[in-house]
Amino acid sequence: MWDYLVDRLPQILFAGWQHFSLVVQCLILATALSIVLAALVYRSGAWTSVANSVTAIGLTIPSFALIGLLIAPVGYGVTPAVIVVTFFATLPILRNAVVGLSSVPAATVESARGIGMSRMRTLLTVELPMAWPVILAGIRVSAQMVMGIAAVAAYALGPGLGGLIFSGLSRLGGANSLESVVVGVIGIIILALLLDLILVGIGRLTTPKGIRA
Amino acid sequence: MPENPTGPAAPQDRTPQTTGSSAGAATAPTGAQPTDTQPTGADMSSTGAPADAGSQGASILLREITKAYPGQKKPAVGGLTMEIPAGSTVMLVGPSGCGKTTTLKMINRLIEPTDGSIIMGDEDITTMDADKLRRRIGYVIQAGGLFPHMTVAANIGIVPKMLGWDKQRIADRVDELLDLVSLDPGTYRGRYPKELSGGQQQRIGVARALAADPPVLLMDEPFGAVDPITRQRLQDELISIQAELKKTIVCVTHDFDEAVKLGDWIAIFAEGGQLVQYDSPEQILKHPANDFVENFIGSGAGLKQLTLSRVADAEVREALTSPVDAGPAAALEALRTAQAAGTAPAGTEDSIVVLDSRQRPVHWFSARQLERLSAFPDRPDEDLPVVGERASLNDALDTMLVSSTSNAIVTGGRDRFLGVIGVETVMDAITSARSAGAEQAPPSPLGENTGPVEVTSP
Repeated sequence: MWDYLVDRLPQILFAGWQHFSLVVQCLILATALSIVLAALVYRSGAWTSVANSVTAIGLTIPSFALIGLLIAPVGYGVTPAVIVVTFFATLPILRNAVVGLSSVPAATVESARGIGMSRMRTLLTVELPMAWPVILAGIRVSAQMVMGIAAVAAYALGPGLGGLIFSGLSRLGGANSLESVVVGVIGIIILALLLDLILVGIGRLTTPKGIRA
Repeated sequence: MPENPTGPAAPQDRTPQTTGSSAGAATAPTGAQPTDTQPTGADMSSTGAPADAGSQGASILLREITKAYPGQKKPAVGGLTMEIPAGSTVMLVGPSGCGKTTTLKMINRLIEPTDGSIIMGDEDITTMDADKLRRRIGYVIQAGGLFPHMTVAANIGIVPKMLGWDKQRIADRVDELLDLVSLDPGTYRGRYPKELSGGQQQRIGVARALAADPPVLLMDEPFGAVDPITRQRLQDELISIQAELKKTIVCVTHDFDEAVKLGDWIAIFAEGGQLVQYDSPEQILKHPANDFVENFIGSGAGLKQLTLSRVADAEVREALTSPVDAGPAAALEALRTAQAAGTAPAGTEDSIVVLDSRQRPVHWFSARQLERLSAFPDRPDEDLPVVGERASLNDALDTMLVSSTSNAIVTGGRDRFLGVIGVETVMDAITSARSAGAEQAPPSPLGENTGPVEVTSP
């Protein structure tokens, strides 16, 4: 096992970095997407329930199936990986963003409007900062979840540690096959913990003192 | 008729009436100046026109405004015409669902009127940009409506920031306003709302509304979320702030006593935004327009008159005083001497108020208590029945009842001792309030429902 690790360290580190980078970039994309979607739907009860249903149903789709289906229209490589990871990352964040925005007290929003803030300014300077801790909690859940999902990207020849797992599994019993799978899995766990730690730090830095629990 | 809402004859001055309804105000032996603590001072009426120079109040005219919600038969507010004189405090009261809040929110167009127009100063504000309009109208809601993620300074400075003031000017303004609402700028400017008590949050809410010095202040149940003692203090503060700034204040409340205490004019609404009576507190108490108003006022109209009269307008009597440095023996001697000479003031002839070096009352002792004392206690007596000269007679009576005394100490600016007020004075005020006629009634501002309104008053 140790030899395997030492021999292929550069490749493993490179795959790990790619995995991490894929997840982080998709998370950023998903967060932006979620906030925009949430801002569009949270004022209307009907659209809020639509968003909640979509997020609930979306999570039941097997990621493996989704990436398989995507190969036909978008081909192999990075594109299907990004689409799948972003899709799954969006679901928990969107849900939390809707909850966060709609739990800003109506009186606070009214007082913002009452002192002459436009809709947009109210959203950006009052509602989003107040909803941010809830949104961030969604991002953390998302980060843990898509770390694993990103591994299936390898099925469509995408980047990341998934490649180690797939290649190990496909020749199980062969030389170094088990090591390959184990290194891939443990690598993903380590990356997940690392990312969570970073997100906690970001939370500390970006949550306004007045609403910190 | 609505075309000329605030002519020179717009009623501004209620001073004569206030004085007339408080007993014996003419003979205050301490020579305490009967201070007119009502928001509309005599200086305004002497000019003969609403003084809306600078940032002082602007008049508001609601002209046949209607708010109808789709799917509802009756409008929430129907054809309401109402004149709000510049620089005065108008209280909108009524049972829940009577359209008073709707009316208030139509002024800053948080609720857009379905019909009619609103004129502020000389300007029709019905169609102007709502966000720009609201930056010129202060808005205070229950518990202040502060933004929890911003500091006190950021909360107060938010409207000036939107108006593009520079940083230094905003910072100066924030400190000035914190001072105005009796909070120390150094201590409070960096705090977050959750680190403040309910009363302090409410003060910040008022400060924020005043930040850009708007001519008009709208308040929606501003003191609904605080305890009674804090509420009384906040009301007193609002009265003194208003005495200084002379804004036009429109305030919604369900508490009729609060309306009587704060308002120059009270508008009583019944369901459907139907204006039942719009008049001065005195007139409403003496001549309720109909059964609905009478029921709403509730019993004890005579007692409610007490909230109209200030301690400073009533008879504040002299009392014996002694400096705290002189000690109990000197105080006792002074008391005995006065009693022997017959100069001890009636009512408090057997007691003496002990004052500190800045003339603030610290103790109040009877002769018997003084005999037992070898030295005054170090700490001032926290339970002294003390009322400010701006407090209402109602507050004074409250204070006496709470401390089971028949007299209360009256203090002026910086807690300086002014005299004492006796329970008889308060009783006299009740009696004379009952018998006082309506001879000095000022003409009330215009207010009516002109639209097609189904009248369903109970």
